[in-house]
Formats: sequence, structure tokens, C-alpha cells
Amino acid sequence: MKNGKIALVGNPNSGKTSFFNALTGSNQHVGNWPGVTVEKKEGKFIYKDKEYDVVDLPGIYSLGAFSEDEVVARDYILTGDPDVIINIIDAGNIERNLYLTTQLLEMKKRLVIALNMVDEAEKRKIKFDLGELSKRLGAPVIPTVAHKGIGVEEIVEAAINAIDDKTSIENPLIYSGVVKHHIEHMEEILKNNNLPYPIEWTAIKIVEGDLNILKKLEGVNVDKKIIEDIKEYYKYHTSDSFELEIVDSRYAFAHKVAEYSVIRPLEEVITLTDKIDKILTNKYLGVPAFAIIMLIVFQLTFAIGEKLLGSFAAGSIEGLGRLLEIFLIKIKAPGWLVSFIIDGVINGVGAIIEFVPLITVLYLLLGFLEDSGYMARAAYVWDDLMRRFGLQGKAFISMIIGFGCNVPGIMSTRTMDSKKDRMITMLITPFMSCGAKLPIYSVFIAAFFSKHGGLVLFSLYAFGIFVALIMAKLLNKTLFKGDSSYFIMELPPYRIPTATNVLRNMWDNVSGFIKKAGTIIFLVIIIMWMLAVLPTSVEPYSQYSILGTIGTFLAPIFRPAGFGTWQESVALFAGIPAKEAVVGTLGMLYAGQYIEEGVILVNAIRQHFTPLTALSYMIMVLLYTPCAATLGIVAKETRSTKWPLIMAIYTFAIGWFVAVIVYQIGSLLGFS
Amino acid sequence: MTKKLTALGKGEGGRINSIEAGRYATKRLYEMGLNTGALVKIIKNDSGPIIISLNGNKVALGRGLAQKVILEV
Repeated sequence: MKNGKIALVGNPNSGKTSFFNALTGSNQHVGNWPGVTVEKKEGKFIYKDKEYDVVDLPGIYSLGAFSEDEVVARDYILTGDPDVIINIIDAGNIERNLYLTTQLLEMKKRLVIALNMVDEAEKRKIKFDLGELSKRLGAPVIPTVAHKGIGVEEIVEAAINAIDDKTSIENPLIYSGVVKHHIEHMEEILKNNNLPYPIEWTAIKIVEGDLNILKKLEGVNVDKKIIEDIKEYYKYHTSDSFELEIVDSRYAFAHKVAEYSVIRPLEEVITLTDKIDKILTNKYLGVPAFAIIMLIVFQLTFAIGEKLLGSFAAGSIEGLGRLLEIFLIKIKAPGWLVSFIIDGVINGVGAIIEFVPLITVLYLLLGFLEDSGYMARAAYVWDDLMRRFGLQGKAFISMIIGFGCNVPGIMSTRTMDSKKDRMITMLITPFMSCGAKLPIYSVFIAAFFSKHGGLVLFSLYAFGIFVALIMAKLLNKTLFKGDSSYFIMELPPYRIPTATNVLRNMWDNVSGFIKKAGTIIFLVIIIMWMLAVLPTSVEPYSQYSILGTIGTFLAPIFRPAGFGTWQESVALFAGIPAKEAVVGTLGMLYAGQYIEEGVILVNAIRQHFTPLTALSYMIMVLLYTPCAATLGIVAKETRSTKWPLIMAIYTFAIGWFVAVIVYQIGSLLGFS
Repeated sequence: MTKKLTALGKGEGGRINSIEAGRYATKRLYEMGLNTGALVKIIKNDSGPIIISLNGNKVALGRGLAQKVILEV
């Protein structure tokens, strides 16, 4: 039985996700809602035998109607009808956070305020009068440190009590004389109508010049006369709308609340954050510091994930394969079944599972970076450089997130204000090499460049950034002309990432990887396996099989890049549904071809490639068509089929072109 | 006296007097806490975006935008 709906609302970086996780615990699941463009998380928890729904809305500064995430959050608050809103406020930044609170108060929503991260505020010697704060906001205020679980219990209790609270809610904001007059005038027009939203709020929004509200009203069944009246009002008042005056009244209220309930030290306390920032945002050291941090990430990924744990995982899979084979032969399983399980499942899907340690380490480190607060600094130091390529610093965050997986990287472009910035960032994100491509590089590095694994990996990623920037510049000069939008971004205090958050993030990604190996990649491998062993009249895994025929047809395309065998060509195409399938397909095809014992993928690659062709193959993999999931999210975000199609083709062309150049120049210089 | 935000050096500051930007940019600045009357201190102003402190919280601000923020010093 449902006992209530609780929504979490707060500024970005106020600790909402920590709250969501603390509330829902292991019960959480991430759900994409149909039709919305911003991800919301849904979960539930049980308290005293009653079940409650929790919705985590995207972090926003305002409930305006400028960017899409704001509109969606606002729509949910208005029409999703949560019984109570837990408004999470960063205690160290109370005025700005209260700005959002004032908008919730205007909506007359039942609130419970979580004054979060009070420990950090304490370190900065900021003190609070909780009673006063609560009185002025007309809602319970509870100090919390969500990521440590402090105060979460009390918040739950307060929220559940608030659900049953039926007392009326007042809007405590005071508007200036003229604005007030206009709001009252608008209320007069609106009254006696079946409005979908609270009347005072609707009036404020109209006076604020919010055109979105008119569209909303037109969408529902209200008196035509009202729409006309509002349009008439807009005719005279949009140009000199009271928008900023209303914003001022909100801030005046927020300042007043803070003035009476927050005590700040006379001298700002110099925090560790200030000291670290001296180096990481330094004019000369900022960019090199970024490069060193990323180099460390890739060196560690390779050292721990591959050298330390990778061989262990590979050995286990191989051992398992051998045991299975003996068992299958013993029970006299039919030949095709043995072939399918050993070549397809073990050498194909197993080849991917071997890389679980590697990507685990990568996601662990990226999660650590994301949680630490460094991302905002990276955006900061790159803003200048990004501008020269027609983008702004924020785009760089999407790009780094793309290192983990392109899908969230592309989704993160939603917070960008300018459509032009957003489109370019989306189109260049595929050049940011994702975790799924790591297994591919890894086998090639193990085969040819194992001495400098971390460095080669770092160089590939760096090269991806380089190509991305060049493309950004080109797109800026051609399809998306104009200046990049301004840069404004909060630089949150550094935090030592909590183990739970980092591990949860890692587990989400790694379990996703394993799940993918068991579903889509498995399916791709089955199809590849069938195509490779059919028709039965020819030798399996040979170029006469169906797959071999297709591969032989495609191979000439890649010959200028140096790697034109049919196996290598089909593997690239197998990688379009999911990148991991490149390794899976190569593993299956080579294993099928070399029947003798002990030929593992790395050895097969040594026989089929040279260092130079391995390099051009890795570059092709780095740059060519992104996976289906990435194309899918581009389709969803741009609401078109045109852009993903363009993306698929242009990235392929660039990958091919660069791979050819690398191979041809390399050959001329005498490399092989 | 009023000065552009970009004209101030490290450690200097003042109250925001006005914002001379378009409707959209102004609103974004307001939402980030840069509304008229807010007390601003410069943390860094050499190359790249300017870093300011608002009540001890850092906000990075592109130069183009910072130029439109007028302070009373």
C-alpha cells in the first residue's frame, strides 16, 4: 500500500543523491521516465511497516522555465503531486539555496528542510539558529550530513509527520507595491476558475513574464476568456515584465531569513579547498595538473586492473573453459554445442568478462574524481582553451564523463544553456573513449606495447580529446556558428569521496557491464557465431562461411589502414551494437581458427597485426561510430533520427581517415 | 564609485550595483546568487574565468559575463 510520495528538491551539489541513497538503501532503482528529458530517480523505502515513494529530481538552481531540466522538475512538483518535499539546502551556501526554497514556498508546497553538510559549515565557523530558521520558513528544519547518514532518520520522521499535516501553508514572501498590485490584479482575472495550479502561484508566474505558464493553461481546459486576458496582459507587460523585481523579492526574503538565523565569522576561514585551489586552478599549473591527474588515473587503471588482476581473471576464464570442454566431451555433447560453448561463449563472452577488473578500477577512479569536486576545476581550467575551439568549460565535464560512458556524457549536456554548445558537445563526445573500448585497447596493448601500457592508454585518450576539439572547431565554423555561451559555474568545496558513494557508482557501472555481456553482447556473439559456422558445407570460421563472405566483402575498405582481414572488419561492425563485442568477436574467430591448445587472443593478435596496424586499429576503434546506446540517446536528446545518423557516418569517416593517415605515414617512415 | 567586476584585483570586492546583461544572462547570474546588493570578493583574476567568493562560496565566471557585473566599491 502506498502511504505517500516524497520528492527531493535541491540545488546541484547539495547532496540530494546521498539523501536518496540513504533513504532508499539497497532498494533503489534508476528509472527513466517516458517523455521527459531529464533523468529522475525513483525509489521506495519502508518505515514502520508503511511504504513510501521517493523521487529524486535533478539538481536545479531555480524553478524557472529556461532550461529543460528546470521545466521538468517544476512540472513534477506541480503535477506529480508529491505529498511532501524534502528541500535539501547546502548549509554553507544558505542564501542561494534558499532562493529555490522561496519558489517552493510560492507554490505552497509542504516542505521539510534538510540543512545539509552542517559539518562543513561548522568547519567554516558558520552557526545556525534552527528555531528561527524554521519559524521564518514555516517548515521543520533538520541539520544533516547525508553522506554519513546523520539526520536522515529525523528527516524521514519529519517528512512522514508532514504528510499528515493538514494545516494551511502561507507564502511568506513580500512583494513590492507595484508587483503586488499586478499579482492581485492577475488573481482577479484568474479567480473562479478551475486552474490546475494554485491561483497565487499562477498569478506570480504570469506577472513574472513566464510564457511557459500560458502554454500550460492553453493545454488544459480553462475559460478561453482568461487566455485572451493573459495575452492582452502580456501585450503590455512582457517587455517591462516584473521578472527581476520578483527575483529580488525572493532574494530579499532569503537574505532576511539568513540575516536572522545564520551567524558567520567576521573573517572567512581559509579552508583546505582554498589551498588546493591555489595549485589546481593556477594560471600555469592548472592544465598540467589536469594532465598529471588523468595520467595517474590511466596508469593506475592499467597497473591494478590489467597487470595485477587481469591475468588472474583471464586465467580463471581459461581454466573454466577447459573444464567445460572436458565435461562436454565426456558427456558426448554434439560437436556444434561444444563449438558454441567453447568458441562462442567462453572465447567470445568470456573474453569480455576478463576485463571486469580493468573497468572496475577505471570506474572506481573516475567516481573518485567526480565525487571529489575536481570536475568543476577541470571545467574551469579548460574554459579558456575550450573557447578557442568554440566551446566553453562546461562542455569539458560532459567530455570527461564520456570517458566512463558516452551515454551519461551526452545526457549531461542537458544543463547547457545554449543549444549550439549542446549540439557540438553531443557530436564530439563519442571521441571520448569510453570504458567499453578499454578491453579492445587492452588486448592490443598487451600484444605489442605492454611495457608502456598506461602511457599508451593515456595517449589514446588524449588523442581522442584532440580530435574532439578539432571537430568542435570545424562544427563551429560550419553547422553551428556563433559565440559560445557564457561560463558560470560553482566551484564546490573539495570533499573526500565516501566509500559508499564511490563503490555504488562503481558497482552500477560494473554490473551494467556484466549485464550487457550477458544480454546484448551475448546476442551479438551468438549471431556472429552462427554466421561464422554456417553454411555447414564449408569449414567453420573460414572465409567461406557467411560471416567470412561478408567480411571479405568489407575488408577492402580497411586495407588502406593496414588491417584488412575479414575477421578484423566484421569485428568492427560487431562493435556497433556494443563496443565490447569487438574483442568478443575477435576472440571467437581467432580461437575457432587456431584449434591447437593454448592459443589465446593476445597471441592471435600478435600473429595478425604488427605494432603499426595495431595502432591504426586502435585509432579506428577510438574514433569510429559509437555504440547503439549512444546513438539511441542522441536520438532521444535531439528528438530526431537525423543527428544520430549523421553522427554514425561522420565518426566512421573520421576514424577511417585518421587510421589511414596513421598507417600510411607510419609505413613511409619505415615503421611496421 | 562603480567598477566592472573584471577591473578588480585579487582580494578586492564590493556590492553588486547593477548587471548590464540581457534578460537571460541576468537571470542566470541572479540565480547563482549574483543579485544586486550581494557582496562579492575576488579570489582570482588573472587568466581565464574570474573566481569570486559569495559568502565564502566560490563561483567561476567567464570574463565576458563578468564584464557586465558592475560593483559599488
